[in-house]
Amino acid sequence: MAATAESVVKPDFTTQRKHFIFTDEHEALRESIRNFAVKELAPHAEEWEETTFPDWVFARMGELGFLGLDKPEEYGGQGGDYYSALVLAEEIGNANSGGLAMGLAVQTDMAMPPILKFGTEEQKRQWAEPAIKGQKILCLGITEPDAGSDVSGIKTRAVGDGEEYVINGSKTYITNGHRADVIVLVTKTDPDAGYDGFTLFLVPMDAPGVIREKKLQKLGMHASDTALLAFQDVRVPASAVLGQVGKGFYHIMWELQGERLIGAAGCVAGAQKCFERTLQYAHERKAFGREIGRFQVIRHKFAEMATKIESARQMVYVTAWRFNNGEYPVREISMAKLHAARVACEVADECIQIHGGAGYMREYGIERVWRDMRLNRIGAGTDEIMLDVIGRSYGL
Amino acid sequence: MRRPELHPPCSVDRAARHDPLDRLAGDGGDHVEAGIVVEHGIDLLEMTASPPFSDEHEQLRQSIRGFIERELAPHAQQWEEDQWFPDEVFAKMAAQGLLGLKYPEEYGGQGGDYLHEAVLCEELARVGSGGTSAGIGAHVNIATPPIWKFGSQEHKQRYLVPAIRGERIGALGITEPGAGSDVAAIATRAERVDGGWVLNGEKTYITNGVRAHFIVTAVKTTRDGGHHGISFLIVDRGEGVSASKLQKLGWHASDTATISFQDVFVPEENLLGELNEGFKLIMANFQWERLAMALGAVGAMALAWERTAQFARERQAFGRPLSGHQAIRHKLADLATSVYTCRCVTYDALRRFVAGEEPLKEVTMAKLLTQRACFELMDACLQIHGGAGYMREYFIERAARDARLGPIGGGSDEIMREILGRALGL
Repeated sequence: MAATAESVVKPDFTTQRKHFIFTDEHEALRESIRNFAVKELAPHAEEWEETTFPDWVFARMGELGFLGLDKPEEYGGQGGDYYSALVLAEEIGNANSGGLAMGLAVQTDMAMPPILKFGTEEQKRQWAEPAIKGQKILCLGITEPDAGSDVSGIKTRAVGDGEEYVINGSKTYITNGHRADVIVLVTKTDPDAGYDGFTLFLVPMDAPGVIREKKLQKLGMHASDTALLAFQDVRVPASAVLGQVGKGFYHIMWELQGERLIGAAGCVAGAQKCFERTLQYAHERKAFGREIGRFQVIRHKFAEMATKIESARQMVYVTAWRFNNGEYPVREISMAKLHAARVACEVADECIQIHGGAGYMREYGIERVWRDMRLNRIGAGTDEIMLDVIGRSYGL
Repeated sequence: MRRPELHPPCSVDRAARHDPLDRLAGDGGDHVEAGIVVEHGIDLLEMTASPPFSDEHEQLRQSIRGFIERELAPHAQQWEEDQWFPDEVFAKMAAQGLLGLKYPEEYGGQGGDYLHEAVLCEELARVGSGGTSAGIGAHVNIATPPIWKFGSQEHKQRYLVPAIRGERIGALGITEPGAGSDVAAIATRAERVDGGWVLNGEKTYITNGVRAHFIVTAVKTTRDGGHHGISFLIVDRGEGVSASKLQKLGWHASDTATISFQDVFVPEENLLGELNEGFKLIMANFQWERLAMALGAVGAMALAWERTAQFARERQAFGRPLSGHQAIRHKLADLATSVYTCRCVTYDALRRFVAGEEPLKEVTMAKLLTQRACFELMDACLQIHGGAGYMREYFIERAARDARLGPIGGGSDEIMREILGRALGL
C-alpha cells in the first residue's frame, strides 16, 4: 500500500514525555509545586539576593506539605517515594533562586534524612516532626576551615564528661547556619580510632557556646545564608548523640549520597530553565537582520546544551530508580553529581555567551544562574572527589 | 632592574621534599620524581625579555609593576566594593607618564611606541580589579587613539593633551542597546544644524561612561543604511548627556554605563576624521583594542596562576599540600602551558602589528584564543581553591567574573570567528 499523508510518521518534539519513574501523581505534584514557586516565591527572588530568603518560606512550604514529601506519615510527612523528593528539587527551580533551593535542600535532603534514619523516637519527634512542618530549621555541619574534602580530617572534638559531652571546634560554609534551630554536627569522639572515631550530634543552635561568627560573602547563592560557626565548650546531653557513637563517619557518608543525587537533580533543572530562557532570548534578539537563534552556530549551541542536559537528566533519573529500589549506587551517584554539575555550569556559561553583552548584566539574571550553579562543582563533594570516588570504585 | 636569575636545576633529594606520604602509603605511585626542584618560589615563565620586547621594555615592566603593586593593588578590594575607582588613579598614572606611553612628547607623551604600551596593557592586570584596569585601558587604548590618529591639531590640544595628563577622561561610544555585534546597525542620529549637529540616541556598555569628560561617539550622519554614513563626533559631557551605571557580573569598579543623548548640540569642529567615513575609523581602532585585551588576558592569567600555585602549595588536604596530589599538579601544568601558549600567540601578533604588517588574522586569533583561555584558567583556578574559591574573601572568584567579559566585549568570540572565517577566504 502506498504511503499516505496519514501513515507517514512525524517527529513528536513537543509531546510531553514522562520518564518511567514518574506517575501521574508525581506530575500533579510537579504542577502544584511549580505554581507555588511561580506565584509565591519567584516575585521575591531579586529582593532575596540582597536579604537572603526569609524563614516564612519554610513555614509556608511546611504548611503545604512540601517539606516532607518522601518522609514518613507518622512524623507528618506525605509518605511518598524518593521520586517525589526529586520532583521538589526540580520544580523549586521555578522560584528562580539558587540560594533558596539550596537552603531548602539542606532542610529536606541533607539534615533531615540522618535524623529520620539514625535518630531515636524522641529525636525524630523533637526535630524531624517540626522540621517537616517548617517550624524548625535544620542545618548540617561537616566542613571545617582546615578540612573540606578530607572529612576524616575534621577536628571538632566532643569529649565525654559524665552524662554530657563538651564540644569544641569550628565549622564553615554552613548553609542555613545563621537561621537554623539545630545543627547535625560531625565531631571526633576518639582521635585514636581512625574512621571509627566520629560521632554525630544534634546540637541546638541556641546552646551556650554556639557562636555564629560570620556571614560568608560568596560568588553566588546570595539568597542563602552561609555561616562560619564556632563551638566553645558547648555542652550537650548524651541523648544528643545521633546514631551510634563512633559511627558518625559512616552515617555522614550515607547522608552525602542522597545529598549528591538531589543536588544533581537541581543542577539538571537549573540548566533546563536557563536553556529555556535563553531560547526565548534567541528568538527575540535580532542582529544582522535576523533572530540570533537562526545563525547556525547558535542553533548548534542549543543542540549541544540540550544533549548535555538530557544526558545528565537520564543519569539522575536512572540512578534515582536504583536508589529508590534500595540499592546503594555510590559510583553512579558520584557520576550523576559530577556530570550534572559540570553540565549546569557549561550550559549557564553558554547561555551567558548567547546573550552577548546582556549576559554580563545583572538585570538579565543569566549571570546569576552561572554564579549559583558554580557552587555545585565544589559543594557536597568537589568534582575531584567525585573523580576519586568513581576511580577508586574500580579498585584503583 | 633585572629580576634575579632562575635557579639552576638540582638533583632530587626526596627526603628534603616535604611530602608526608605515611598516611597514604598506597598512593606512593602518584609521586613522580622530577629533575628540577624549585626551592624559592613559583616561577611561571622565564622573566627575561622575549621578542618583541627588549631589555628596555623589561625595565619598564618592572617599574610599572612596582608602581601598580604599591599604589593601586592595595585598594583593589575597596574599589570593587565601592563599585568605583577614583579619578585620582588617572592623575597618579599620568604622573608616572603611563597615560601617554605611545604618544609623542609634543602632546606630553613619553614618545614611545605600541610596544611600551603593550607592557602596560599586560601589567595592568596586576591591579587585581578588572574594572579598574578596564577603565584605564579604555582611556588609553580606545578613547584617545582615534584622536591621535584622526584628530586635527586642535583636537589633540583640546583632548589628547589633557587626557595624557589625566585631567580629562575619555570613553568610546559605539555599542547601542539595539546594535552590538552589528555595528553597522547603530542608530544614534546626528542631524545637521547651524554650526554643528544635534545628537539623539543611546549608547550602552560604555566603559568610563559615568566619569568621562568626553565621549568619542559613533553616529549616523546620513539616512543611508549600513556602513556608509557613520561618523565620529567628540561629545563633551554636558547638557543632554546623561549616564546611568550598569550592574554587572564583574568589572565592578568600572562605571560601565548606558549613555543617553537628548538633543545634544555638538559643534562642527568636533567632527573626528572625515564625514561619513567613521566605519573605517571604528575598524582601525578595533585592532589595537583586541591586542590590548589579549595582552591583558595574558597578564591576568599569569597572575592568577602564580597565586593559585602558591595556594596549592600551602593548602593541605589528606595530609599533604594540594600540589602534592597528582591531578592538581597536572592541572596546574596544563594551565601553565595555556598561559605560555597565549603569551606566544599574543606576542607574535603584537610583533607583526608593530612591524606594520596589519595582521588582521593574527590579532583576531589572539583575541579569540586568549579571552576564553583566560576565563577557563580562572575557572580552573577557582576550582583548585575549593570552597575558598567560592568566597569573595579570596581574589579568584572576582578574577573569574572579570575574565568572563573577555569572550563577549571588544568583539565577541562569534564575531572573531566570522572575521577569521572571511579572512581565511571561507
